[in-house]
This record gives sequence, C-alpha cells and structure tokens, in this order.
Amino acid sequence: MVTMIPAYNLTGSLPTLDDEDMTAQRIADSRFTLEDVSVAYGRDQVVEGVSMQIPSQSVTALIGPSGCGKSTLLRCLNRMNDELGNVHVSGRIALDGQDIMSKAMDPVDLRMRVGQVFQRPNPFPMSIYENVAYGLRTQGIRGRHDLDALVEESLRGAALWDEVKASLKKHAFDLSGGQQQRLCIARALATKPEVLLMDEPASALDPISTQQIEDTIAALKDSVTIVIVTHNMQQAARISDQTAFMLRESLDRPAHLIEVGDTRQMFTNPHDSRTESYITGRFG
Amino acid sequence: MMLGSRRKQARRAEMVAKLTLGAMATLVVGLALFIAGYIVYRGAGAIDWTFLSDIPKNRGREGGIFPVIVGTFYLVAATALIALPVGVLAGVYLSEYAKRGFGTRAIRLAITNMAGVPSIVYGLFGLSAFVLLAGIGRSLIAAALTLACMTLPVVITATEEALRQIPQDLRQASLALGATRFRMIRTVVLPAAAPGIVTGSILGLARAAGETAPILFTGAAFQMRKVPDSPFSQFMALPYHIYAQVTSVPGWSPQLVWGTALVLVGGVSAASVMAGIWRSAQRRKIKW
Repeated sequence: MVTMIPAYNLTGSLPTLDDEDMTAQRIADSRFTLEDVSVAYGRDQVVEGVSMQIPSQSVTALIGPSGCGKSTLLRCLNRMNDELGNVHVSGRIALDGQDIMSKAMDPVDLRMRVGQVFQRPNPFPMSIYENVAYGLRTQGIRGRHDLDALVEESLRGAALWDEVKASLKKHAFDLSGGQQQRLCIARALATKPEVLLMDEPASALDPISTQQIEDTIAALKDSVTIVIVTHNMQQAARISDQTAFMLRESLDRPAHLIEVGDTRQMFTNPHDSRTESYITGRFG
Repeated sequence: MMLGSRRKQARRAEMVAKLTLGAMATLVVGLALFIAGYIVYRGAGAIDWTFLSDIPKNRGREGGIFPVIVGTFYLVAATALIALPVGVLAGVYLSEYAKRGFGTRAIRLAITNMAGVPSIVYGLFGLSAFVLLAGIGRSLIAAALTLACMTLPVVITATEEALRQIPQDLRQASLALGATRFRMIRTVVLPAAAPGIVTGSILGLARAAGETAPILFTGAAFQMRKVPDSPFSQFMALPYHIYAQVTSVPGWSPQLVWGTALVLVGGVSAASVMAGIWRSAQRRKIKW
C-alpha cells in the first residue's frame, strides 16, 4: 500500500529515521553560492556579474524575459555549457563550498550530484524502465533487485508510478508529453541528485500536465534542492520559495541579476521598479 | 483587363511547367523500369538450379556460376568487415569529438575527394600498395582492401549523416545524467543512428559489389574450379565474369552473361530492399 505524499505538504513526513538522517545530511550539504558569475559566448558577453545564494531544501525560480540568460545561468550549475563549445564562464560557483569550475571537478561527477530536466521532454528511445535505469547503470548499479527498487522509487517520486507500473517495458515514446516529462524527472531523480535543475519543464505541456509537474515539484523539494527557469510568473509565484529576476536591458549589454529574494516579498513588494514592471506584465 | 490576361498567362505557364516536370519524372521512372525489365527479359531464361549451383564449363559458355556468386559474396563480406568498423569509427569521431576548424575541414575535403576518385585508379592503387608493396599478392584480401578504400567515404558520410539526425536533446539528457561522452555515444547515439548507418553503408557496399576496375588487378580470376578457400586465394566475381566473357571468350553465351547480370542486379536490389524494410521497421520504434 502506498501513501501518496499530498501536494504542497511542506512538512513531508519521511518514512524512517534512517532515511531522515541521510536526507537531512544531504540537504545541509547542497547549497549553491554564485559570486560574480559572467558568461560569454565567444566574444559576446551574455550574462554579467551574478552573485546569489541558492539555499537547499527549497525551490528557486529564475524569471525574466526571453534571452535574459536564465537558461545559460542554469547550465553553469551542472557545467552543461562545457558541452556547447565556445562558452566561457568566469567568477566562482560553489556547491557546498566546493568550487565546481575548478579543473579538479570532473563534470561527470558533478552531474551525478546536480541533475537536469530539459524544456522539451527528451526520453531516450528505450523502454520506460530503461530510461529510469540509465543513470543508475551509468553509476555502475547492475543488480536487478536494486535497479527494480530504485526505478520504482524514482517513478513514485515523479508521480508516474501508478500510471506506468503495469507497462514498464513499453517504449517511452508511447507516453503522452506530460507523462514523458515526468519520466524525465524520474530519470533525473533515480541517481539521487542533491540538486535538480529544471529549464522551463512545463512550457511544452498542456495545463493539466503543467499542474501535475508543479505538484511533483512541490512534493520533491523536501528531498532535493530545485532551481527552475520559468517564463510563467504565476508559476514562479506558486511553486518557488526564492525568486531571482534577470534582465538584459539592451542587446549590446549583457544580462544581469536585477533582484533576488523571498518569492512572496518579490511578488508583493519588489525593491526594484524594473521587477515591478515585469511582474505586473508591463514588458516581457 | 490587363490583370485578367496576365493571370491567364500565369495559369498557362503553370500548366506547362507541371506537364514538363511530370513528363521528366515519368521518363526517369520509365527508363529505370525499362532497364530492369530488359535485364530480366534477357537473363531470366538462364536462371535455373544448374546455373546457380554448377561451376562454369567450356570457359563459361556453358554450366553455371556458383563459384562466381560465392566469390562476390565473400568479397563484399570482407569489404564490409574492413570498411564498416573503420568508417563508422571515423564518422563518429568527426561528428561527436572533432572540434570544428581547419583540421576537420581538411579531413572532410579529403573524404569528398576520395569519393570522386575513379574506380580504375583505386584498382591501380590497390595493385601497387596492397598486391606489390605490402606483398599480399593478388587475392581476396587485396581486392577487399581496395574496395574498402573506395567504400570508406560512403560509410563515413552515411555515419555522419545518421548521427546528425539524432536530436541534440538526447545527447544532453545523457550527459546531464553523468554519462561520459563515450557512454553517451555507445548507449544512446549509436543505437538510434544504426538504421541510418547500415542503410547508407549497404548502398556503398552494393556499388562495391558491382565494381570491376578495382578488382581487375588485385585478385579477380577468370577461371577457377572452386570457391576461394582462404583470404589469400584468388576469386571469381560477377562483374568481372561478365567483363571476361564478353572480351575474351569467342562465342560467349549472351543468355548466360545476361543471367549473370540478373543475379548481380537481383542480389544488390534484394540487399537494398531488405535494408529499407529493416530501416522503416526501426523507424517505427524510434521517432521524434
């Protein structure tokens, strides 16, 4: 018998003491600190001087108009910019005090701690089961028993288990768009990352699927730190604890962080007039 | 008034264009059907069990072409064994690892040029490089190496093309899960690209199966009583058999030669069709 964790249950009672200890430990360790982070594509400086904290066990939303560097900044956190070529990141980014941009940090190790969910659902052309097991196999987990248990746990975490438990061998492409995106969340959760980066995870989905993704995020934040990029200000207001507003004021100047703070305060009483204009829909 | 006549003129031009383009398309289809039909018409009479299972007799004027079929089969198989691994790995490197720059542009240019070299030049190269310089001698392996050189550009290009079709999203998903680049290629990119790589490569191998010039100096034999028993023995091959009959056997049998042509064309077409069917079956599984 499964007890579903209700959406928005912020206290989120955890099953056993053991798990609770481990989770608490992990959460205490996973905190991002950004100091004066700038990003350039070739010679084109696109993001400049971002400094902020991303607290653990919470949801941080990055908002701002298209092209303001939200996704670029997000990709700094798991060094996915490395894969794009010709992208230069400067400044300091630390995860639990450890510099993630140093030569000593292997991006492969980093990405096992910092998972990502992309804008469009991108399941692998494999079965539902194999999709979730992919990261686990990458980590060298081979035992059928362990894999089965972790796959189930991850699918439950992404609120997809009940829909797919009878058809784990089915091809992932047979799922609907919303189910595929929750499968991608399950896939990212399987390796038990400390942080989950989400790049507009609901922008390609219908309203009902969007609601399900938002419920999933709310249920997840007790066990994993979430950083979400979103275009949708109502969404940011609904699901996040902290909000960062980024803006590129003109094309010949890089984007920068205008304001970061508690979500409720940002949306009711922003410090900066540009933030206020944006959240009240005057531009963007 | 003006507008009306201009529109009438435009409609007439549209009609003429449509008819001309349609006629050309029909002509091409008709030509292909005519060639295929003519080969069947001339060669079908020769096809029977004896023809397919017997050895050539009376210098090929009578008997069958069994060792010739087996020779071509071995030759293509050996060519595939050499060209596929080298070509696929080179294609993967170019597509997934190589940084865009002068080096890769030079490699691509070299590949394009390799594809443009006439087949007789490959034959000459094979003779001096593999047969004489490497000392392999005229053999199945020397001919297969020569054909592999000729087929490599096709395999590399097919691989690169197939890899280009794989969405960037999938690569990123794999890397974001902590996969190394090699694991990403092995578990996600190559399996998804395999149908495209195989179909493209089969087209290249089909062309190799029909080549005479590259095997002329490197290992094809006119008359052999048995199928080749080692990679270092000479062999008979379908295109060379046709060439040898027509040029060196007075009183050659047109029916048997057309029959040989039919076996060659039939075999190559069957391989392409099977590749196509397999690919569309895979497509149904992999869609984006």
